[in-house]
Amino acid sequence: MNLESELAISVTDLTKVYGERAALSHATFSVPLGTVCGFVGPNGSGKTTTIRMLLGLISPTGGTGTVLGHSISEPEKYLPRVGAMIEGPAFYPALSGRENLRVLASLGGFDQEIVDQLLVRVGLGDRGGSKFKTYSLGMKQRLGIAAALLPNPKLLVLDEPTNGLDPNGIHEVRSLIKDLAADGTSVFVSSHLLSEIEMICEYLVMLREGKVIFTGKTDDLLSAQQPVLVAKPEYDVDLNKLVELIKNSGHTVSVIDGSAHVISPADWSATLNRLAFEAGITLASLTCVLPTLEETFFEMTGDSK
Amino acid sequence: MINVIWAEMRKLRRPTLLLSTMAIVTILTLLFTFLTFWRVGDPKGNGRRGEMVTAQFLSTPHGLVYGFKIVAFLLGIVALCIFASQTAQEYTYGTLRNLLVRQPARMKILGGKYISMILFAISMVLLSLISSVAMAYALAGHAHVNTASWTTSAGMTALATALGNVLMSVAGFGTVGMILGLLFRSPISAIATGVIWFLILENILAGLVTGTAKWLPGQNITNLTTGQNFTFSYQHSLIVSAAYLIGSGAVVAFLFKRRDVAN
Repeated sequence: MNLESELAISVTDLTKVYGERAALSHATFSVPLGTVCGFVGPNGSGKTTTIRMLLGLISPTGGTGTVLGHSISEPEKYLPRVGAMIEGPAFYPALSGRENLRVLASLGGFDQEIVDQLLVRVGLGDRGGSKFKTYSLGMKQRLGIAAALLPNPKLLVLDEPTNGLDPNGIHEVRSLIKDLAADGTSVFVSSHLLSEIEMICEYLVMLREGKVIFTGKTDDLLSAQQPVLVAKPEYDVDLNKLVELIKNSGHTVSVIDGSAHVISPADWSATLNRLAFEAGITLASLTCVLPTLEETFFEMTGDSK
Repeated sequence: MINVIWAEMRKLRRPTLLLSTMAIVTILTLLFTFLTFWRVGDPKGNGRRGEMVTAQFLSTPHGLVYGFKIVAFLLGIVALCIFASQTAQEYTYGTLRNLLVRQPARMKILGGKYISMILFAISMVLLSLISSVAMAYALAGHAHVNTASWTTSAGMTALATALGNVLMSVAGFGTVGMILGLLFRSPISAIATGVIWFLILENILAGLVTGTAKWLPGQNITNLTTGQNFTFSYQHSLIVSAAYLIGSGAVVAFLFKRRDVAN
């Protein structure tokens, strides 16, 4: 088995240029088989362009890539084992949800029996006969996910799968992705809901302005970030004194909601506790907070909330 | 390819499209055949372009399919609209990306789509033929038309020839619709361009500039249904139509194969 076959996705120097604008510039990353990989980046960072190139919908200007061990220039070799939902669900409005899935099942040569099972699986068992144009956004999204599951995929590519879903629906999609991953399906999912990505993705590819700024394990990214010590004095009047104390010890500090937020290694918390005690300040709480993926994302992409 | 044809047939058989199209085809055919027979011998005209068709002519082996042949141009326009909308809607709905993910061989998508729409056009033409024949028999007595020659071998030959020619013509207009759908990627633009060109612009050009009719696609595709024209032959129309359709079809097939699917 060659190395490529152990990767669900691998791209090297992948580039797409429209006129003078590079939608994707020399992107290099790989996604191991059997992982759930989050694909994140601000709007216009090149996520959908990358996904379209992986699915053979657009041709790269430069670079190479493989999906399930096959070159992206030969999509017919791997797409029968790939399920995808790109840029939201797109179906024929005048056909029912069931008939829309049957069109795709016929096209892919899949068993028609699976259509009803998938409708039940995504919670559309009782609405499969309704026309697509009567569906809510959440129902359309569910149908898109059902369509992506038609080939019983080895790799599932989902572009914003939780768009329009209520919290219950988001939870269901999260469970579905976890179940698929447990069965060995590789999942490549882009989403703006970074808290969701953080919960389900063990692997991460982060884009900014068409360039890959991080690729690797989610834990590695988060653990590389500086933690924040949050110290709250028992009495508000001690807050300024505490802040001065921290500044004098050479740390960067900011005040948020009556607490001092200090960027420092976690093991400095004991020192801070002792310094505060010696200065006559009683701390009501002292916690070490690791930055969330969302905070890390904003820091790395330079975007502000 | 078979999978693509089945998938496309699922879309084409939806009741709103299938029933409305077949209803339009039936109504148009019945209306034109009715007028031909009901107003037989009327000096104001009861045939193509206001010409007078007599009971004697309708009593010949060609009389049975006269109504069918004069409605052929409109069947062609209906086919153009259907082929254009079924092709261009894949872009406007964004469904083309789903199709290409499930069947990445783009020529198979194009070929399967074309064959399924041709099958749809064949069923449309057959329905029109049956409607026209039924109306012709129903009104033959009223129009004092002798139907004896309709069932002779010459009558059957005329019927088969008309069916073949109308099928070719309708398929030709449908192919133009598909080409326009692929070029414009919008049903409204594709249909408007096709209909305005064939119904208005070609006729203006043919009327204003002597000799142009012989080289215009619509004039030639239409001429396939009648098999006769005062200024150019059936064979000429066959060659010119084929040249237009094969040439432009090859260009759009190339574009479809190479173009990025970015919507």
